[in-house]
Amino acid sequence: MPAWALIWFALTLILIAFGFYQAMTAPKEATMGNLYRVFFYHLPHTILSFVFPYLNCIASLLYLFWRNRNVERAAASDAFALASAEVTVLYASIGLATGMLWGRAAWGIWWAWDARLTTYLLLWLLYVSYLLVRRYSATGQSAVVAAVLAIFAAIDVPICFMSIRWWRTQHPAAVFGGGPDSGIDPSMVPALLWNFAAWAMWGAFILGLRYAIERRRQRRANAIALGFLTDEPQPILQEAR
Amino acid sequence: MIYAQHVLTHLRKDLRLEWRTKDSINGMLFFALLVVVVLAMAFDPGAYPTMTRQISGGLLWVALLFAAMTALNQSWARETNNSVLDAHRLAPSPASALFIGKALANFIFVTGVEIVLAPVFTVFYNLHPLGETWKLLIILPLGTWALVINGTFFAALSLRTRNRETLLPLVLLPISMPALLAMIQATTAVLTGQFEPILWIKVLIAYVIVFTTACVLLFPTILAAD
Repeated sequence: MPAWALIWFALTLILIAFGFYQAMTAPKEATMGNLYRVFFYHLPHTILSFVFPYLNCIASLLYLFWRNRNVERAAASDAFALASAEVTVLYASIGLATGMLWGRAAWGIWWAWDARLTTYLLLWLLYVSYLLVRRYSATGQSAVVAAVLAIFAAIDVPICFMSIRWWRTQHPAAVFGGGPDSGIDPSMVPALLWNFAAWAMWGAFILGLRYAIERRRQRRANAIALGFLTDEPQPILQEAR
Repeated sequence: MIYAQHVLTHLRKDLRLEWRTKDSINGMLFFALLVVVVLAMAFDPGAYPTMTRQISGGLLWVALLFAAMTALNQSWARETNNSVLDAHRLAPSPASALFIGKALANFIFVTGVEIVLAPVFTVFYNLHPLGETWKLLIILPLGTWALVINGTFFAALSLRTRNRETLLPLVLLPISMPALLAMIQATTAVLTGQFEPILWIKVLIAYVIVFTTACVLLFPTILAAD
């Protein structure tokens, strides 16, 4: 790992710790008390999990563009697409989990089929299916198949978003509309921003790490295909075992 | 008009194959009928007419969706025998003509199932639609096309994968969720007569236009995926 990545990692850890301190010492919320503190983790994760799918879509389009023009760049953008999809699923899962915990404590139910929750669940489902397709497809073709699916998923997200909003305005939800729409107290803003910065940095870090691992796997697979390496485990690994 | 001729040739080939074997349409029909019966076991349609009216739009589409999925999986499988798909790639006709022809053929099969299934549904579930029934003539073809266009595309996509039978529903269901929502809501609107289906018909039209374009543009990439 290069030095700047280590520095980035250390900074991220410090920010996460500081964000935790800020979140725990922020003033109590008027109606929910200490319960609302999960919000400082819920909001950054949900917002960020709407950012990574766009990175995934851009990387997939670049892959399809470079596929027959520049093999090296195509492989890099494919690795980036995979990494961003995995980070999307991770962040969306954390967003769903924190949201459910909060919903159970605040509303008394784990789940409501309200517009935001349904759209968010669909986003999660779409990217889980993307990862499944990558897992199932034959080597050498998985990149094309996955890139096409990523474009479809990216088209689908806004359509889903609009149609579910219309659905739920026609049949008003029995439970609350969503999170704190009406804005939050200014005294809570610093904690929110610190946590947001921390989790954005963390997301970028794991995305980069995953990208580097995938690039290394691609290089190894290429070396094996060209006959530079054997498919056997390396001798060092065998000794260690 | 040369493009239309290519599409027509592909369509005629698929229809003739189906006419001689009758594989997918028989399977689909019986499967849809079984789903209708199984769903009638799950709740008692005769005892609660109001509830039946509210949920049978959804049930009809679920039955059709499952039935269509069984046929869509096979629709490309017959092209892989004797490397027919590679011959298609060598052929001078545009790749999207093959796709449109196949999608039209699947559309005709699923519509055939609907024509049989809709009366059966009405009889078995004692349906008395309260809205304007003629609107179903717009909703059913639109919804079918929305299912079939993406289904045909993703069936071609999952040809490139291991265990493709499992994969098709996993990919198709999340992507078609907005279309499913729209067609179920529109059908329910017609059956119950409680609200206007026009918004959902518009959503369906938008969905169909967007995804037909995406499929036609991306199909050559899928056909030449290796």
